[in-house]
Amino acid sequence: MLPAFSSRFRLFKKYYSNRYENIIITNYLNCSTNTSIDKDEEVYFKKHSTEWWNKMGDMKPLHSMNKVRVPFIRNGLINTGLVQKDNFNNATPLKDLFILDVGCGVNFAIGGILSEAMARLGANVTGIDDTKDLIEIATSHAALKSDLNNLQYIKGTIADHAQQSSNKYDAVVLSEVIEHIKEKDKFLEACVNCIKPGGSIFITTISKTNISWAGAIVFAEQFKLIPSGTHQWDKFILTHHLQRLLEDYNCRTCLIHGLAYNPLMNSWHWTKNTMINYALHAVKDV
Amino acid sequence: MVGTTLACALGKNTKLANKTILLLEGSKQFQWEPKEQYSNRVVALNLNTKSLLSSIGAWNHIAAVRYGSVKSMQVWDAVSDAMIQFNQDDYLDNVAYIVENDLLLHSVNRELAHVQNVNVLYQAIVDSLKLPDVNSDTSKVLLENGKSFTCDLLLGCDGANSKVRKTMGVQYLSWNYNQMAVVATLKLAENVDDDHNTVAWQRFLPDGPIALLPLRKNLSSLVWTTTPNNAKTLLSLPEEQFVDEVNSAIWKEYPKRSIVSDVMKGFDRFLEILRLPSNAVRQLPPNVSGIEEGSRAAFPLGFGHATKYFKPGVALVGDAAHRVHPLAGQGVNLGFGDVSCLNEILGDAIYCGSVIEDVDNLRKYETERQRHNIPTMLAIDGIQKLYNTNLTPVVLLRSVGLQFTNALYPLKVTKKLYFINVYWYPSNRGI
Ligand SMILES: Cc1cc2nc3c(=O)[nH]c(=O)nc-3n(C[C@H](O)[C@H](O)[C@H](O)COP(=O)(O)OP(=O)(O)OC[C@H]3O[C@@H](n4cnc5c(N)ncnc54)[C@H](O)[C@@H]3O)c2cc1C
Repeated sequence: MLPAFSSRFRLFKKYYSNRYENIIITNYLNCSTNTSIDKDEEVYFKKHSTEWWNKMGDMKPLHSMNKVRVPFIRNGLINTGLVQKDNFNNATPLKDLFILDVGCGVNFAIGGILSEAMARLGANVTGIDDTKDLIEIATSHAALKSDLNNLQYIKGTIADHAQQSSNKYDAVVLSEVIEHIKEKDKFLEACVNCIKPGGSIFITTISKTNISWAGAIVFAEQFKLIPSGTHQWDKFILTHHLQRLLEDYNCRTCLIHGLAYNPLMNSWHWTKNTMINYALHAVKDV
Repeated sequence: MVGTTLACALGKNTKLANKTILLLEGSKQFQWEPKEQYSNRVVALNLNTKSLLSSIGAWNHIAAVRYGSVKSMQVWDAVSDAMIQFNQDDYLDNVAYIVENDLLLHSVNRELAHVQNVNVLYQAIVDSLKLPDVNSDTSKVLLENGKSFTCDLLLGCDGANSKVRKTMGVQYLSWNYNQMAVVATLKLAENVDDDHNTVAWQRFLPDGPIALLPLRKNLSSLVWTTTPNNAKTLLSLPEEQFVDEVNSAIWKEYPKRSIVSDVMKGFDRFLEILRLPSNAVRQLPPNVSGIEEGSRAAFPLGFGHATKYFKPGVALVGDAAHRVHPLAGQGVNLGFGDVSCLNEILGDAIYCGSVIEDVDNLRKYETERQRHNIPTMLAIDGIQKLYNTNLTPVVLLRSVGLQFTNALYPLKVTKKLYFINVYWYPSNRGI
C-alpha cells in the first residue's frame, strides 16, 4: 500500500513541479541525450521504446490528461460545426481539419502525446516549439508510427509562424503552455492570428489563485523542488483574465471547465471548480 | 465462439474502422447446414449476450432458424424439497435463450463475412508467440504452417487451454471438479403444466445438478453433471435405459432427513402467515420419453481463473481467462460480457486518440471484468460445493436459504438481486 502510494505521490509532485520550473523536463532531456539520442534517435527509440515509455510513466498525469483534453477538443470542434456529420463516431472525426499544437515542452518531451492523439483522429496537425531537442524527440517518436503522416513538427516561435500562417488553422491548442509564458498578450495575439474565422482555440492551464499559490509554496518548501514558487506563480492566469485577453483578440469563450487530478488513480475528471486547473474553449469571430 | 464474436464486434465498431483485424482459427472453416435434428451442444444465453448478438446483426440469423425460449426457471434440491423459481413479470419475457453452438457460430460467421477490415485464417494453429518486450512493441505470432504475423494488440480467445495465457505466464488458479457433464437431446412426453416447454429445470442431486433446457415443444437439452464413473456408465447404457436413468434423476425421491423436512414445513407455515409464496406452488417437471439417437456425449469440468487478464500489448478474453462449472450456464456469457466490455473500451479509447495497445485501456478492461467475473465465479464454485454434500446441517441451511429467497423475491429476475445473477441463468443486468 505505502510504496504504491508514495510512487503515485511522486508523480503528483512531478506533475506540479513542472508547472513552476522546467528543471524536470530538462532532466529528461539530459537523460535521453546521455544515452544515444544525439547519434541515432530512430535506433534509440526502436531499442528503448518500451523502456522509454515506462520511464515516461513518470509523466503519467500528462498521458492520462489526454483522456479528458482530447474529447474536449474533439467535442468542441463537433459542437462548433467544423466536423462533418459523416465523421461523427467514426475512426477519424477530425479528418480534414488543420490543428496547430503550440508547444509545451512537457508534451513534446514525451513524444508529442497530444499532437499524435489528434493526428490519429485524422487531423492535419502541426506541432510547434522553439526548443530544438524537444522537436527532435517528438519527431523521432512520430517517425516510429507509419500511420502518422498527417503530423509535422516545426522548430520556431509562434510569432514567426503566425506571419506565414495567418487564418490557416481550424483550431489552435495551448495545453499546459500559457502558464510558462510571460508576455501572454503578444503570445495569444499570434496564436489567434493563426486561426480561421469561426475556428477555435483550446487552452488548458492553471489558475492564479490562493490555492494554486499555496500548492506552490508547499511543494517548494516540502520537497525543495522549486527555488522560488511565487515567482513562477506570477505567470499563472485567472479564468476571467484569460477570457478578457481572448476577447481583445475577438475570441468569445464558450466553455470553461475545471479539471481535477487524482494522483492515486492517475486520472483526470471535470469539476465545477476552476481554482486550480481548467480548460477553456473560445471561438474566433467570423 | 468468443473470438469470432469479438472479431465481428470490433470489425463493426465504426470507431475502429481504420484498424485491421486478423482472426486466427485453429480449426477448419466451419460449414453449417440446416438439420432437423438438434445439436447436443447448446448454450444458454442471457439477455446481455442476446443484445450483443443483436448489435452485431447475428441474432437475426439465429432467430430465423430456431432457439429455445426460457420464460421461467425452476431449481430444486433433491435431498430436501427446497426450490426457487425465476421469471420476468407475468412470465411474458424470456429470461434466457437456448441456442445451439453451431448455429450461433454460423450466425456470427455470416455477419463476419461482410466485415471489410477483418480477415480470417482457418487451420491457423498457433505454434509459438513472442510478446512485446524491451526490444519490440509488437507481438509476433508463429503458426505451425510456418507463417508469422506481428500485431500491436494480441487478444487471446483460445479457450481454457490458452496458449496465449501460458505464454504470458500469468498465474492461473485452477482445479478439476472430478465431475463430468453428460449432454443429450431429450424428447419429452406431453406435459400439461408447460405445454410450450418454456421452463428450464435444474435439480441438485447428491452427485451434481441435472438440467433440462427447453429447445422447442417436447424437446429439451440435457446437461447432467455427475461422477466420471457414472458418466461412463450413462454413456454406455442402451438408450432406453438411459432415459429411465434421466427420469429417475428428475423424479426419484431421496430419503428426506426428518429434521430438514420438519424445519421446512414449519418455515412454510411461517411464510403462509406472512402471506409470502410458500414452497407449495411448485411446478412439476416433464417426463422424458426418449433421446435423439446418438446425441449423448460427456465433457470434463473444471474451474480456472487467470489472476491477470492483460500484459502490455496482449489480453485474454473468454474461457482463456476464466472457466466455470456449467451449473449456472454462465461460461460463455462471461466471455460475451468480456467482448462487449473490450469492444466499448477500445472504441472509446481510439475515439480519444489513444493507441490500441495502450495498457491503460487493457487495465480498465481487466478491472471492469474481474469486478464482474470473480464474484460470479466464486459464487458458482460455492454453489457447486454447497450442493456436493449430504451433510445434514448443510442440507438444512441451503434448503431454508433457498426457500427463504424464493419467498422474499417472487419476481427475482426483474429485481436487481445479486443472488439471481450468480445462481442460475442470469438477469439482464450486470452486478
Ligand atoms: C458440457 C458443457 C456445457 C456448457 N453449457 C454452457 C451453457 O449452458 N451456457 C454457457 O454460457 N456456457 C456453457 N458452457 C461453457 C462454454 O461452452 C464455454 O464457455 C465457451 O465455449 C467458451 O468459448 P471460447 O470461445 O472462450 O473458448 P472455446 O470455445 O474453447 O474456443 C477456443 C477457440 O480457440 C481455438 N484455438 C485454441 N488453441 C488454438 C491454437 N493454438 N491456435 C489457433 N486456435 C486455437 C479453437 O479452435 C477454438 O475455436 C458449457 C461447457 C460445457 C463443457
